[in-house]
Amino acid sequence: MQHTLVVLVEDKPGVLNRVASLFRRRVFNIESLSVGHTAEPGISRMTIVIDSDQVHADRVIAYLYKLVNVLQVEDLGAVPAVTRDLALVKVAVAGHDRATLLRVVDETRAHIVDTGEQTMTLEITGEPPHVDAVIARLEPLGIIEMVRSGQVAMRRGDTALSAAG
Amino acid sequence: MQRTGAQIIWECLVHEGVRTVFGYPGGAILPAYDAMLDYPIRHVLVRHEQGAGHMADGYARASGEVGVAIATSGPGATNLVTPIATAQMDSVPMVCVTGQVPSKLIGYDAFQETDITGITLPVTKHSYLVTRVDDIMPAMKEAFHLAKSGRPGPVLVDITKDAQQATAEWAWDDKPVKMRGYRAHRDPAKSEISKAVELIKAARKPLILAGQGVIQSNAMKELRAFAELIDAPVTVTLLGIGGFPANHHLGIGMMGMHGEAWVNHAIQEADLLLAFGMRFDDRVTGNLKTYAPHAKKIHVDIDPSEINKNVRADAAIVADLRETLREMLDMLEPMTHGPWLKYIASMKGDTAVRDIQRLPDSGHLYAAHVINDIWRLTSGNAIIATDVGQHQMWEAQYYHHNEPRTLITSGGLGTMGFGLPAAIGAKMAKPESEVWAIVGDGGFQMTQAELSTAAQENIKVNVAIINNGYLGMVRQWQEFFYERRYAATPLKSPDFVKIAEAHGLLGLRVENRPSLEDIVQRARSAEGTVVLDFRVEQEDSVYPMVPAGADLDAMIRRPERPVLVETADDPI
Repeated sequence: MQHTLVVLVEDKPGVLNRVASLFRRRVFNIESLSVGHTAEPGISRMTIVIDSDQVHADRVIAYLYKLVNVLQVEDLGAVPAVTRDLALVKVAVAGHDRATLLRVVDETRAHIVDTGEQTMTLEITGEPPHVDAVIARLEPLGIIEMVRSGQVAMRRGDTALSAAG
Repeated sequence: MQRTGAQIIWECLVHEGVRTVFGYPGGAILPAYDAMLDYPIRHVLVRHEQGAGHMADGYARASGEVGVAIATSGPGATNLVTPIATAQMDSVPMVCVTGQVPSKLIGYDAFQETDITGITLPVTKHSYLVTRVDDIMPAMKEAFHLAKSGRPGPVLVDITKDAQQATAEWAWDDKPVKMRGYRAHRDPAKSEISKAVELIKAARKPLILAGQGVIQSNAMKELRAFAELIDAPVTVTLLGIGGFPANHHLGIGMMGMHGEAWVNHAIQEADLLLAFGMRFDDRVTGNLKTYAPHAKKIHVDIDPSEINKNVRADAAIVADLRETLREMLDMLEPMTHGPWLKYIASMKGDTAVRDIQRLPDSGHLYAAHVINDIWRLTSGNAIIATDVGQHQMWEAQYYHHNEPRTLITSGGLGTMGFGLPAAIGAKMAKPESEVWAIVGDGGFQMTQAELSTAAQENIKVNVAIINNGYLGMVRQWQEFFYERRYAATPLKSPDFVKIAEAHGLLGLRVENRPSLEDIVQRARSAEGTVVLDFRVEQEDSVYPMVPAGADLDAMIRRPERPVLVETADDPI
C-alpha cells in the first residue's frame, strides 16, 4: 500500500541527505520524493511516497521525527488529500496520424508545451493514476523522453500543516 | 570581547563544565590545540583517536556527564568512527570536535580532507559542519544539549581551520538552547499510564525488564520502590546492570543470550513484562515470534521510535522513566506475588553461579573463578570496564553490581578494543574509585597502545587480561555451530608482563587459583597501571547460551562433564 508522507524540514545544508540516508539505512524504498519551498522562509516541504504497510509507515514517521531538522510529519494516507503529479512527455509525431495525437491531447486534458519538427512535448498534470493512464495512451504513439515530478500532496479542507506544530 | 574561533571552542567547553578531554592533534585542529594551553581543561593525549573516543565514552558512562573527544581532519576523524558508532548504539552522551580543512578547500580533495559529517551521519545523533567563526558557539551549545538530553547520543562538530583562526566579537550566551525540530522531554500520557496500571493490577506473574534507561533517567530509587510495591522480580539487560542492586531479593540477574537460565524461563512464562528503558534487542529476546508468548507488555522509553519496533506494546509510555515511575507509584497499592517469586526461586538452583561450582578442580584457572574472585576481593565496589567477548559475559554473570555506572561495556555495537580506553576514561571521571579493565587477549591487543597513555598520564587502572589463547567467543561459536573448525581464532600473543614492563608498568602473571588472591591484592596496592595476565582454561565456554535467533528458553547448558583438555601452557 502506498503512503504519502508530507515532511516539513528546516532548510539547512545536508537535510535532504539526512532524510534520504534514513530511508537507505532502515531499508525503506522511496517511490517518489519531491522537495520545495513553503510559504514560510527557512522551511522546506518534502512529499515522500513509500510502498509499505501501516506498521512500517509508522516506523518511518517515528524515525523521521528523530532527525533534529524535521519539524512535522503528516501521513496523508490517513486523511482526504489532494495529490498531483506532473509529467513532461516528448512524443514522436512522424510515422503516424498527427490527428490521433491531438485527439489524445484533447481527451486527456494534456497541454502541448513545445513542438518540434519530429516531436511534440506534452504536459500532463493530475492525480497519479490519471497521469499513468495518459502515458499509457501515448505509449503506442512512441514516447521519446519522459520526466515525472514525483507527487506533491496536501490535506483537503481548512486544516493546514504548519511547522509550528 | 575578541576571541578566535579556536578560543571560542574552549570557552564553550569550559562553560559546559568540561574538565577533561581526550584527543590527538593534527594540522586542521592545530589552532584549537594552540588555544588549549590557556584554558583550565586537562587534555589526555591518546595513542590513537579510537582510544580518545572510547575514553570519552568511558568518562561519560562513569560520570553521566558528556564525554569529549578531539581529533584532526581526515584520518584523525575517521579513527573516531568506531567509538562514535559505539556511543550511538549504547546512547552515550558524547561530543566529538574535529578539525576540517579550510572552507575554501572543502570539496577539492585537499590533504587530510574527509567528509566526516557524511561518514558519521548514520551513527551520530546529529552533526554540524561549521565553516564560520560565528557559528561555533551555537553549534557547540546545541551539540551539548543534544548529546545529553532526551535519549543521549554522540554529536559531531566538524570545524574548519579558517573558522578556528578567524576572530569575532564574542560573549557567552547563557540562554537555554531552543531547537525547533527537537523535543527532548515528553510528559507521560495519562491514558497509557492508566492502561499500564490496569495491566499491573491484573497481573499474576509480572516481570520487570530494566535497561540502561533506568540509569540514564536516574530512576534507581524509584525502580526499587516500584518493584517492592508491586512485589515483582527485576531482571536487567547487560547495560542495565547496576540499575537495580544485584543483592536485592527481587533482583534475579541478567536476561538474554547469556542471561541466567531461570530468568529466560521466567520471561517465557510471565503474564506481564514491564520494559523500562530497554529496547528489546535481539540479544535479549531471541526468536521474536515465540518471545514471552503469555505476556502483556508495558514499554516505557524516552525514544518514541523504540515503541513497537521489535515487540508490540499493550501500553506504551514515551517519557522519562523516573517521572513515569513516580506517577505510577502514586496510583498503585502494595501487591504480593508470592507464588510467582517462589516459582522463580525454585528454578534458581539452575544458575550460572552453580555452573562455576561444578567446574572440576583440575588445578587450572577458570575465567569465571577469576572474575568472581576479583568481585570478592574488591568487595564489589570497583568500576569495571570490559572489552567484548566471553570475559564480558562472565563479568556480567560473576561480578555483582549493586551501583549504577559501575559496569562500562560496549553492548549494542560489541566493540572489541573498548575495554582499556574506556577504563582510562572512567578513571579520569572517578579518580577516587578503583577501576579495572577486564579484557580478553584479543580485544586488549586492539587498543593495547593506550597503556602508554595510562603511563604518561599517570592513571591507575588494573588491567585483567583473561588470556585463553583464543578469540574465545568466536571459538565458542565455532565449537557449537561450526563443528569445532577453529578458523582464525587461535591467538598467539606477546608476553603481556613484558609489554607492561616495556611501558614502565607492573606486569603480573596468574596461572593458578591459589596464587590469585595475593597477586590481585598486590596489583590493587601498587602505584600506577598494572597488567595482570590470567592464563585461563583455553576451551571454556560461556553458559547458558541462547543460539542467535533461537527461542529464548532453548538454551545450551554447560555439559555435566566438560571436556577441557588444553591449558594455556600447551602450544597452540
